[in-house]
Amino acid sequence: MSRKEPLAAKQMRMSYLFVFGYVLFLAAFGVAPTVYALYLSVMSGSGKFVWFRNFNRVRHDFRFMPDVIHVGTFVLIWLVALLVLVTVLAIIVHSLGQRWLSPSVRFIYYIPGAVAGASSVVLWLFVLNPTVSPVSGVLHAFGLKTFVQTISPAHLPVIFAIIAFWSGAGGWIVVMYGALNSIPSEIMEAARVDGAGAVRTALHIQLPMMRKWISYMAVISLAAGTQLFVEPTVLSQASQGVVPIDYSLNQLAYQYAFKQTDNNGAAAIAVMLLVVCVVLSAFFVIKGGLFERD
Amino acid sequence: MTYDGGANGSGSFQTKITADDQAGSGWPDVVWSTQNNDASWASQGKTPFAAPLNKGYFEQSFLDGFTPGALAPVTINGTVYGLRNDLAATVTWYDTSLMTKFGYTPPKKWEDYLALGQKVAKEHPGYIVGDVGDPWAPEVYFWGAKAPMNTVTGTTGFSANAADPKSVQMATLLDTLIKAGSISQDSVFGADFIKKYTGKVLMLPGPVWYSGALFQNNKSLNSKAGTIDPGLPLSWSGDTPAAGNVGGGTWFVSQHSKNLAAAKTFMEFVTSADDYQVDLAPGLPAYKSAGDKWLAKQATSNFFTPDFASNISTAAGQVWTGWGYPNFSQEAVWAKAVTPGLAAGKSLVSLLPSWQKALDNQATVNGYTVN
Repeated sequence: MSRKEPLAAKQMRMSYLFVFGYVLFLAAFGVAPTVYALYLSVMSGSGKFVWFRNFNRVRHDFRFMPDVIHVGTFVLIWLVALLVLVTVLAIIVHSLGQRWLSPSVRFIYYIPGAVAGASSVVLWLFVLNPTVSPVSGVLHAFGLKTFVQTISPAHLPVIFAIIAFWSGAGGWIVVMYGALNSIPSEIMEAARVDGAGAVRTALHIQLPMMRKWISYMAVISLAAGTQLFVEPTVLSQASQGVVPIDYSLNQLAYQYAFKQTDNNGAAAIAVMLLVVCVVLSAFFVIKGGLFERD
Repeated sequence: MTYDGGANGSGSFQTKITADDQAGSGWPDVVWSTQNNDASWASQGKTPFAAPLNKGYFEQSFLDGFTPGALAPVTINGTVYGLRNDLAATVTWYDTSLMTKFGYTPPKKWEDYLALGQKVAKEHPGYIVGDVGDPWAPEVYFWGAKAPMNTVTGTTGFSANAADPKSVQMATLLDTLIKAGSISQDSVFGADFIKKYTGKVLMLPGPVWYSGALFQNNKSLNSKAGTIDPGLPLSWSGDTPAAGNVGGGTWFVSQHSKNLAAAKTFMEFVTSADDYQVDLAPGLPAYKSAGDKWLAKQATSNFFTPDFASNISTAAGQVWTGWGYPNFSQEAVWAKAVTPGLAAGKSLVSLLPSWQKALDNQATVNGYTVN
């Protein structure tokens, strides 16, 4: 008589199988390049160990600090907008009483997310050009008469934040909606019985219970935001260089690697981005209790 | 292989070759570039991309067939690394019918050009004498004005001098006419430019290839036959005239190519054969015999005024040699450092120091010693 395997062990084996594919790709396209970048960042072009010389060189590049400010401003505007607006919108959508309304609104929110990456930026080129824009009235109201005026350096962080919000927020609203659904109905019921209105329920029940999801959104968006690349690159081509090809840190790393043929400098920028991202992510993970078990 | 030909076209070409260098394979046999500063990097490095062409690859007699000076942008320390496809000297385009109608005489000097720009702004508002809305504006106006903003010495020395009297004089001239309204800030390839200025371009300093790109083009300015004249390059009072240059394609052969013989046949055909350069090419061929035939052919079409051929040949020989070909894009620096300021209403004179600073910075990170 063959002995039956305990259920737990069987589940264990299955779970290894499930994560196997992910671990493989993580190692090949995540961990290995990171280790290689760490290695390159402390070596010279001729393969000598040079401590932090690459970091110092890159830090003193005239484009570095402006790019830090560009990316920092963009991420700040975008992250705040994302965290606040997505949460508020998700709660509002969740509270919609009409049966058909809530799914339709969620669907509409989600549509822009289906227009991927560079193609969504191309769409925005038309929106931002006062000559052909469907919202030229809005642009004129801000005193913007030409494309070059619209994409002037001071406007760019806001423009990139709007583009990113437009294409990314819908997906997050759907995720947050799911998070709101996972709040047990007894708790919501109890709140209602105790006389809590929509606002008090949101502040004292829904928000605290969505904490993990919100910090998850922050971590993922932070990683995406600091890697700003496609949007300025497409805008740069469309504007004949008025939006520079070295607007963001990722673009600067690209310039280092492929224009100045300096892979070590590029690696140094990548490592700096990684460190900043890890530190900020750790903040959100700890604050949001992302790794706590329920 | 494709890459974009915009302000950063040369950078894009280089990034792709660098990626091939990293991979150790994948280089294209032959490359066409819309920029003319690519030899500066394609000839350098441990294994330069561009094959030297005058060290036994092409016969000297073939290379001598190019218009004098045409190969200067692709020649580094006496070695020719590429072939020029077409010449792109700047001329002073003007509309003879408007000149006659308004009773004006086409200027020969920048000072007269300034006076005419002010006059037309007053007497016929809405008409223009120039445009600075594209990144090649510095190559039209500052190169043509002999302003030393792009001086390359040897392979590693760079300097830009925004305080030079010629730089300041040209910036002041442009400021005056932008303010007066007779120099436009729209890109000549934008919808706005065509909408506002069709039939209203009195003058337009610009490259030779504006002929087919703007004037003889029913999707652009669509000028009337016989009205457009490529006026000779202008000069400052008491100085000799000088032309600028905007692009002009170049051809490169890869050092890594396994098909060098076929590449040679192709390069000879594509730069010098009448079947292509005379019959089909949209711009002035750099190969002298093809160029002469091309000009003669343009003259027989009677679209441009009779002095088309002679003026364009003259301009091709007047390109000022004080403007160099560094390995970064002068146009990209202008677009980044100057265009947004101009659009916001700042004066060019006030932007000159930041333009110079941006050029110096760009030169430094690209390995130049800035003097």
